Amino acid sequence: MASKMDIAREGILTFNDSKAKRSFIMKHWPLYAISIPGLLYFIIFKYIPLFGSVIAFQDYNIFKGIRGSKWVGLEHFQRMFEYHEFLMILKNTLLIGLYDLVFAFPIPILLALLLNEIRFHGYKRVVQTVIYMPHFLSWVIVGGVVVALLSPSTGVVNHSLGWFGIEPIYFLGENSYIRTILIGSGIWKDSGWGTIIYLAAIAGINPDLYEAAEMDGAGKFRQVMAITVPSILPVITILFLLHIGRFLDFGFERVFVFLNSLNSENGEILDTYVYRAGLVDRQYSYTTAIGLFKSIVGLVLIVAGNSLSKKASGEGLY
Amino acid sequence: MILMFVIGLAMVLPMLHVIAQSLSDAPAINSGAVGLWPVGFTTENYHLILKDGTMWLAFRNSVIVTVAGTLINLAATASLAYPLSRPEYLYRKAALVLVLITMIFHAPLIPNYLLLKNLHMLNTLWVLIIPGAISAYNLFVMRSFFVNLPNELLDSARIDGCGEFRMIWKIVLPLSKPVMATMGIMYAVGNWNMYSQAIYYIDKRSLLLLQVRLREIVITDNMGASDITSDLINLISPEGLKMAVIVFATIPIMLVYPFLQKHFIKGMLVGSIKS
Repeated sequence: MASKMDIAREGILTFNDSKAKRSFIMKHWPLYAISIPGLLYFIIFKYIPLFGSVIAFQDYNIFKGIRGSKWVGLEHFQRMFEYHEFLMILKNTLLIGLYDLVFAFPIPILLALLLNEIRFHGYKRVVQTVIYMPHFLSWVIVGGVVVALLSPSTGVVNHSLGWFGIEPIYFLGENSYIRTILIGSGIWKDSGWGTIIYLAAIAGINPDLYEAAEMDGAGKFRQVMAITVPSILPVITILFLLHIGRFLDFGFERVFVFLNSLNSENGEILDTYVYRAGLVDRQYSYTTAIGLFKSIVGLVLIVAGNSLSKKASGEGLY
Repeated sequence: MILMFVIGLAMVLPMLHVIAQSLSDAPAINSGAVGLWPVGFTTENYHLILKDGTMWLAFRNSVIVTVAGTLINLAATASLAYPLSRPEYLYRKAALVLVLITMIFHAPLIPNYLLLKNLHMLNTLWVLIIPGAISAYNLFVMRSFFVNLPNELLDSARIDGCGEFRMIWKIVLPLSKPVMATMGIMYAVGNWNMYSQAIYYIDKRSLLLLQVRLREIVITDNMGASDITSDLINLISPEGLKMAVIVFATIPIMLVYPFLQKHFIKGMLVGSIKS
């Protein structure tokens, strides 16, 4: 019995006929039994909606259901690209995604490099504890804190600006500030948290390398650029790819908490638009088309980014 | 080192400012005198919140969703992660691919909404718990923990005639306390902070979640301010009240934070190694 299990563990378990296979499964039936609810969960809550996405190609009518509704082909996708409002929202989504990539992505790397230079252990601990904290607050709370800081009448930011003789600015009420606020609050919430993985990568670097560099007369900065950064480059690449794959997924909550009628022209993204047009205005088929478009673009981005990075560095997600 | 100190400060100061405002009276807040320390100290903001019935209702709903949801999360994730980690489970490759696909490609909002509508789950607390029962990412982390359990131990238990169920209960689960704790906290924080699902799938006032109520008060200024009587008007500023609400909703997270940070980091690193 033990030997059979060893074989199984190495993954070369073979069966002479289906009867042997069935009796093997029967012997371990509890394993198969407890997996059923989980598998059903994925089929019901993940796969059925996936197939339900065909309503993007229909004029879905909630009373007729998928089978009774009329098929319209790509009409909704076409409508999407002809619609002025949609193009504006797509532009917002792309720009916000791009700003997030350019400004927010490098910050955890910089923070990790700086944290790594702190030699005093207790101090490092305290700093880490503090910069991880905002990650656990909900977006609603982060939103509330930001609103308080930026409030035109009582916020500290406007009071500080007042010292320089600048009139109070209603930051959340203007289109020109919303993107900065979105990216900035994201940096505040998650950049400390993002350092964890880089710090782990840095901790794995062979200390001999630094000693050798020091012998050769390399300064601290030179050591960071020549050893630390190249050593964590694979991790950076992988996280960058993951980020690219989620390019359009900036997140519903973090935008929704800041969104109001005064800043939506620059702030509304696909996720908030799908909510508004889909659930509030009940344009089911049209917004499903938008969602599907988003998923497909995301998939293409992952595949493209992966093959690019494999070509360039040999590192990839799969 | 000094730079990190400044960065650290940038993370805490906003929170301190919020706490200070929540404990200050209206004239001080309106004149902008409140920095990091309360001016015109008052606890009236908190008194008002604690008197607010909707607030307690929302608090109760959030507690229910967090406790029941997290238990279901753990049971559902473990009961799929364990079989998928055993070589005796012949279809694990296929099952893993089934899960992996859902991570890369997921259905848009509306088909999800229509499914839940057809299942008659809208406007129940279940809709906040069941559709999010398993996170594929957490499933993979948990599976990689189970894969690394010492096989010898399980084999010897089998040889001693221990049945599969008894083995899970007596050996696997006690050994998995660390991963269960980590996952439990991860799920619990997610459930406590849950917002978008509540917005999508619930419009009954009696099922309001704390985060939803919070946004109503803090961002859209819907205070339900009728209980502010005229003699309080000098003491209470809307801003102070909002800040008190923020603190109120943050306290549970802050209480578990030290515990949370430790476990989260371990969990995150386990996950990153395997993925």
